[in-house]
This record gives sequence, C-alpha cells and structure tokens, in this order.
Amino acid sequence: MTPFPLTLTDFLGHWGSYIVYLLIGFAFGFVLEISGFGNSKKLAAQFYFKDLTVLKVMFTAIVTAMILIFLATALGLLDYNMIWVNPTYLWPGIVGGLIMGVGFIVGGFCPGTSLVAAATLKLDGLFFTLGAFFGIFLFGETVGLFEDFFNSSYMGRYTLPEMLGLPTGIVVLGITIMALLIFYGGEIVEKIVGNKTAPSERPRWRFAAAGGLVALAAVVLVIGQPTTEDRWEWIADEQEALLAQREVQIHPGELLEKMYDKRLNLVMLDVRDEAEYNLFHLLDARHVPLADIKAQTDDLRGEPANTLTVVMSNGEEDATEAWKILVAESVPNVYILEGGINGWIDTFASAEFKAAQSPADTSRDQLVYSFSSALGSRYSFARPLLHEFELEYTPKVKMKAKSGPTSGGCG
Amino acid sequence: MATQSVTREARSSSWLRRAAKPYVHPYVGGILLGIVLFLAFFITGNGLGASGGMNRLLVVVEDAIVPDHVDTTPYLLEMAGGDRNPLDSWVVFVTIGVVIGGFTSGWLHGRLKVETNRGPRVPIRLRWVMAFVGGAFMGYGARLARGCTSGQALSGGAVLSVGSWAFMFAVFGGAYALAYFVRKLWN
Repeated sequence: MTPFPLTLTDFLGHWGSYIVYLLIGFAFGFVLEISGFGNSKKLAAQFYFKDLTVLKVMFTAIVTAMILIFLATALGLLDYNMIWVNPTYLWPGIVGGLIMGVGFIVGGFCPGTSLVAAATLKLDGLFFTLGAFFGIFLFGETVGLFEDFFNSSYMGRYTLPEMLGLPTGIVVLGITIMALLIFYGGEIVEKIVGNKTAPSERPRWRFAAAGGLVALAAVVLVIGQPTTEDRWEWIADEQEALLAQREVQIHPGELLEKMYDKRLNLVMLDVRDEAEYNLFHLLDARHVPLADIKAQTDDLRGEPANTLTVVMSNGEEDATEAWKILVAESVPNVYILEGGINGWIDTFASAEFKAAQSPADTSRDQLVYSFSSALGSRYSFARPLLHEFELEYTPKVKMKAKSGPTSGGCG
Repeated sequence: MATQSVTREARSSSWLRRAAKPYVHPYVGGILLGIVLFLAFFITGNGLGASGGMNRLLVVVEDAIVPDHVDTTPYLLEMAGGDRNPLDSWVVFVTIGVVIGGFTSGWLHGRLKVETNRGPRVPIRLRWVMAFVGGAFMGYGARLARGCTSGQALSGGAVLSVGSWAFMFAVFGGAYALAYFVRKLWN
C-alpha cells in the first residue's frame, strides 16, 4: 500500500489536521519572503527583463516539486491518484489568467506575495491585499451573471502526459530540460538588459544543480510510473486475504438495505455484457463493461465521501476482477455483490418467476435465469421493497473516511 | 569597553531592528519552494494556495453581516451556506501560515519595515491606488481561474495539469502584453 499522502484526520482529528497546513503555509510564506517576493519592484522587474527572479524561482520550484513528486509515485511511496490535480476549465482559466496578468503588472503582486508583503509592513502590499479582497468580493457577486462560462470547457483531471500521449517520465524530463534552457536564455537577457554583472550572481554550483535535476528526471523516466497491475501487486497479499475471508462480498440483503439508505451515495456498476444488462439489471445500476472499468476510476474517486461502490456480474468472477482494478486504483469503499445477479434473482424474484425457469448454464459467471424479453430494470425485483424481505446476513460494509484531498486547489 | 558596546549594539540590532540581509539566490529560493510544494503534496495530497483562503476569510465577514445574502448566492452558499463554516478548509490555514511565515522571515532578516516599494517616478499615493486596482484585477481573475499563482500555476504545474499550464502562460502573457504601456509605473 502506498503510504502517502497521509489521511491526516485519522491521527490529528478534523481541526487538528489543519495544524499541518498551518506549518506548510508558514514554510511557504517564509520561502517567498527570503526569495524577495515581498518586494513589488523585484516582482515587476520580471516583466521588463531586468531581473528574472520570478521566472527562476517559479520554474525551479515547479521542476523540483514535479521531479520529487513523480519520483515518489514511481517508487510507490506516493499515490498520484490521491493527490489533487487541478481540474481543467480551459477558457475560464485562460481568461482569468489574462486578467491576473493585468493585475500583476499594475499592482506588482499576486495574492500570495501580497500577503507576504503586507506581513512585512509594505504598504503597497497592504493596499494590494485590500484590492484583492475587493476583487474576490466582486467576483462572488457577479459570477452568477456568467455561470455558464465559469463552468465551461471542463475537462476534468486532465494531465499533460494524457494530452501529449507520452509517458509521464518523458514529459517530466522534457519540462526539466525546457526550464533549464529558459534559465540559460534568461541569464543572457539579464546580462544584456539588466545591470547585473556581479559574478556572484552566477555561481558555479548552479550547473551542478541543473545536472542533478536532469539526472533525477532521467531516473523518473527509467523507473516509469506504476501500472494498475503494479499497483495491485503492492497490495495483493492484504487484499487477496480480504477476498478469501469474504470480507468484501456483501449479501443481496445488505445491498437492498443500502439502496434505501439516504445517507449514502450508492454507485452500482454492472460489468456484464450489454445483452445481459439489457435483459435484466438492478434499478440504477450503471453498465460498465469490465474492459472499461479502469477509465471510470477517475470519476469514482471524485464522488463524494459518502459513496459506496458495489460491483456485480452474473456470478462473482468478473465482479472480482473489476473490484481488483478499482481497489488498485484507490477507489474507496468498493464491495462485490455476493452471488452476483444470479444470487440477487434467487433472493428476490417471485416464486412464479423462478418456477417458470428451467435450469440454465451454471458454468463460470453465466446468467442462470432466462428472460423472454429485454426489460432491463422493469422487473419488480430490480428494486424490491425493503419491508417485504426479512433477510439474515452479516453486514460487511464499513465506510472508510476518504483519504487524500476532498477538495483541493484554491477552493 | 569598546568591544562591549559594540556587542550590545549588535545584540540590540539583532532583536528588533536587524540589519537587512540580502535575498537568497533565486535558484536556492526555487529549490526550497519546490521542496515545500513537494512536501505539501506528499504529506497532505494538496498543493499550496492563497486566494482561496482569502476568499473564505472574506466570506466569514460577509456571512456575519449579510447571512441571508450568502444563503441565496450559490457561489457563496458552497462555502458558508446554512451552518457551514467557511473557515473549515485547509486552504484557510495555509493562507494564515503564509502571513505568519512571511512576517517571521521579514523579522529575522531585517526586512520588517514600513515602506512603499514603487517605481522611481511614481508618487506614493498613485502607487497605493495602483496596488489596490491591481489587487482587484488579481482577486477577480484568480477566482475566475479557480486559483492564483500558488494554487494553479505552482501546484497544478508541478502535478502536470493541462489547465494549470495554460493558465500560467496566460498570466505571463497578460502581464508582458501590458508591461510596455505601464512602464512608467516601474521604471
């Protein structure tokens, strides 16, 4: 099991976990200040090519963090699925960015740096902070007027490796090299436009640092990012035990009860082929063939914390395969319908329905019952009435707190 | 005797009014910032942020003054509707931490000084007005883009979000495009 990120609330409590964020913020503010980001003249000089501190600090930080993050995920220390990747809303992001660019050059700060400036008693930083509060206030009051645009061009969790169709390691190495070339060009421009001639500003160690970054990026590329199979291997022992002890297979009666539990967001995934799904499925079950399960994992991780996911096939075999993929890809609270659709019908179909059946194929994961027409969920036993059944079973669902960020970004 | 008074002077200057120290080298600052950003993701799964925290701090005030208005504005409702506490978010604490961290570093390095940084030909009041105006643009844009330089560009950039990279180029593009026209503010 990948140990990071931590579920801080588990050992610090809800409000206690915020202490960690306070410390992170402290370190962030401290580093911004020692880099000179509390000084608007230094920030603005970036846009006249005199002093490219902003560019150097920002890109060095992005490259350093990127390499460390993908090194940690490659080594299985950090779960990339569990870290917040800002969802892409392309056009609101670009238009917002352009507006921020205007604010940057007119005001001389961005929100974070203005807080640092204000904290070190720079009055321009204080006025900028007040202006930022005013802008935020204005946004809250006016966003209703263009809500459609605000929510447009949504692409979800969309990453550069996906967009470029390249392995993550190549992208990491490419960005690292690109950043170093930009620094190289930037230093030449500084020499021409700026008045920096002191050799102390261009120490030799920066070549070693650049070499170190490229070497680490190359290591990320060589190790590669874990596949679903790798991820399953890391947790296989522990999870196979759960399967063998039947801790994750829930009785049809328990699923029925969960269907009526209004506190839960129940997601039922039917992994059988389309023909069988059309013949009969549980009311509100989504049809997701086994081959497409992996593509669903991003969306499933994005569901609210009270989400219970139950996978089902005719018997249990395909559902178990789907379960393994979902668990390996860090989808929380996933269970298998015990006995599958066959078991469900067996439990809830009327005596007449069952009497009219002739025993069908009972080999691996096949539908035992036959249906004369494809009525889907229009059978009474697609969602039986809870009070009509008194079933005895051992409840197995234990809802776990969601690990990783529940809402991220600048939310 | 002479040495003693020097020591005393040095000590008093080292407590409240420290001698201003130079900023660290940009690449050192960048590597340190990258390590902080990595640790944020590694430990918590979240990156960094600032404008989101400012947003929520603002909503606390709005909720205290006009609670009904907050409850009928969908955007505000998400943060403070009903009995929701707008402070109940990680980004608020990062934001508060930034202020404390910035202050501490400014104090330790002798840069805690009431002053207004401005271009050589800009009157002080004009600089204040421009800072406020720029801040308003920045605040508005940051919410439209769902994050500021910290929450979008740094954090999203490091984890390779497509939208964050597009955003980053837009910020630099916007600033460079306008830089020539406001050059008198800074040069």
